[in-house]
Amino acid sequence: MLQVNSLTKTFANGATLNFPGWNVNHSEQWLLLGESGSGKTTLLHILGGLLRPSSGRVVVNGADLYTLSPRALDRFRGQHIGIVFQQPHLIRSMTVEENLLLAQSFAGIGRDVFRIMEVLNALDMEHKRHAYPQELSQGQAQRAGIARSLVNRPALLLADEPTSSLDNRNADAVIRLLSDLATSEGSTLIVCTHDDRVKEAFFKDFMFELRHERISNQLEKS
Amino acid sequence: MNAFQISWRNLKANRLTLTLNLLLIAFGTGMLAMLLLGMSQVGERLRDNARGVDLVVGAKGSPLQLILSSIYFIDFPTGNISAEDAGSLAAHPMVKKAIPLALGDNYAGFRIVGTDTGYVSLHGLELAAGRFWTKPFEIVIGADVAGAQGLKAGDRIYGSHGLTSDEDLHDDHPYVVAGVLKQSGSVADNLVLTSLESVWQMHGADGVREITSMLLQYRSRVAMVALPAMINRSTAMQAASPAKESARLFALIGVGVEAVRWLAVALMLLAGVSVFVSLYNSLRERVYDLAVMRVMGASRGAIFAMIVLEGTLLTTLGSLAGVLLGHGALHAIGYWQGSPQARMDGLVFLPEEGLLLAVGLFIGFVAALLPAIQAYRTDISETMSKI
Repeated sequence: MLQVNSLTKTFANGATLNFPGWNVNHSEQWLLLGESGSGKTTLLHILGGLLRPSSGRVVVNGADLYTLSPRALDRFRGQHIGIVFQQPHLIRSMTVEENLLLAQSFAGIGRDVFRIMEVLNALDMEHKRHAYPQELSQGQAQRAGIARSLVNRPALLLADEPTSSLDNRNADAVIRLLSDLATSEGSTLIVCTHDDRVKEAFFKDFMFELRHERISNQLEKS
Repeated sequence: MNAFQISWRNLKANRLTLTLNLLLIAFGTGMLAMLLLGMSQVGERLRDNARGVDLVVGAKGSPLQLILSSIYFIDFPTGNISAEDAGSLAAHPMVKKAIPLALGDNYAGFRIVGTDTGYVSLHGLELAAGRFWTKPFEIVIGADVAGAQGLKAGDRIYGSHGLTSDEDLHDDHPYVVAGVLKQSGSVADNLVLTSLESVWQMHGADGVREITSMLLQYRSRVAMVALPAMINRSTAMQAASPAKESARLFALIGVGVEAVRWLAVALMLLAGVSVFVSLYNSLRERVYDLAVMRVMGASRGAIFAMIVLEGTLLTTLGSLAGVLLGHGALHAIGYWQGSPQARMDGLVFLPEEGLLLAVGLFIGFVAALLPAIQAYRTDISETMSKI
């Protein structure tokens, strides 16, 4: 489902991150651990088609991401990859439902209100579908963000520090929700975090740890 | 959601900025629309009403005043001239046609004009009801007079002395409405027409008969130069050319019109700058929104188009509101203006107004271009890493 071949990313300041080969099968759930600055987010962005690597390949669902045209890569990301961030960053001028409609629209998927209701229902958010982001609690906003990343039935669901700004109870709830939803949707889940609470609460299939070694990082299966 | 819905939602997110920008662009466009319509209608009225009139002869004084009072009926006459002198001039070989006019009274602000059938044929007037006058104190009223005063054939009215006031009523001599004219689009719509004899009898002119002015048509091109010079030099009357005086009138009001036009253009440009600043500032607040849209699959081009659409949508809506505002303001001016003879009409639309909308669209495009380029260049990974 996901194949990563000898990825490197060199930044403008000359710093380079190296990521060795990595294969992930359908519906697997992975935890990517590492300290701040270890390259977790960089790797996640490369996997999500947000950041072009300096070398190496990333193949998602048979598509070699960085051989696609920019437009095709955007469309592919919208249709096949869901990304959950530390902050939900819902569009403030739109309701929860409209935020999800927007995700369908940008991905080029037709308006599917039934699917939106299905996802919101699964996240216990259907009663907030007409609410604006500023009318939601922090936990509700995070769940709305997750709903948006899931609405297009992504094959690959990436979560970047999804619990960093949450208290223990909410962190636990969010990580279990992600895991359960990925399972029910048949999505491959990769959670990247430096939050040890996640390690304790959720460790389903595999775990990698990124270790900082001056300018290079190594991806290791623990 | 389509691109329009997304852009409109983004604009609506800051209602105050949206309202201020809409008002700015609407005021600028409104002023330009009003000028365009006003000048077009004034020009059209001047041309239409002067059609077929080569020269106006009246008492000496301001030639512009003579033209305004005798063709457009919007100023006081320069005085009277002898009907006998006018008759001699009408018989001059260089004159093809002469139409006498005798002013002095009004009915509810509508001028009562003593004339002959020549005036009817000059404007191609047709009856909607009744017949033309056949004896003194019979009148034919314009369509707007009938509409405004609810008059019909057979009704009786009383004229008032003077051209604008309804004081000093001539209650000893009622006029009888013999006919009502069809709407002609000319100044005659707002006139009460009668025979010269009616005016003379009303004012007890038994001895020396006078008229206010006379409209002339030249028999040949030679007359164009010779006749006015002859009248001005060797008679007690003056001759004024409608074409020349209309051009002078436009030159006189042109200075004010030009000043208002530049003010409106400055307002439009200011609106453009305001739209630019608003969009540019909003990008700072929306940088994560734009990055999240990219994450959801929006291409750089889609983000660029969305910002450009926001700018153009804003200015186009403002321009549209401005055009309607201009029409509304002109109609209100027409409704309240004292003189019915040159009433402005806000319900007339011109093809040139499309140009105003195009200018609004262009200003929006230019104002949105830089913010759109900046949005286009947004690095998703870098932005999302800052969260």
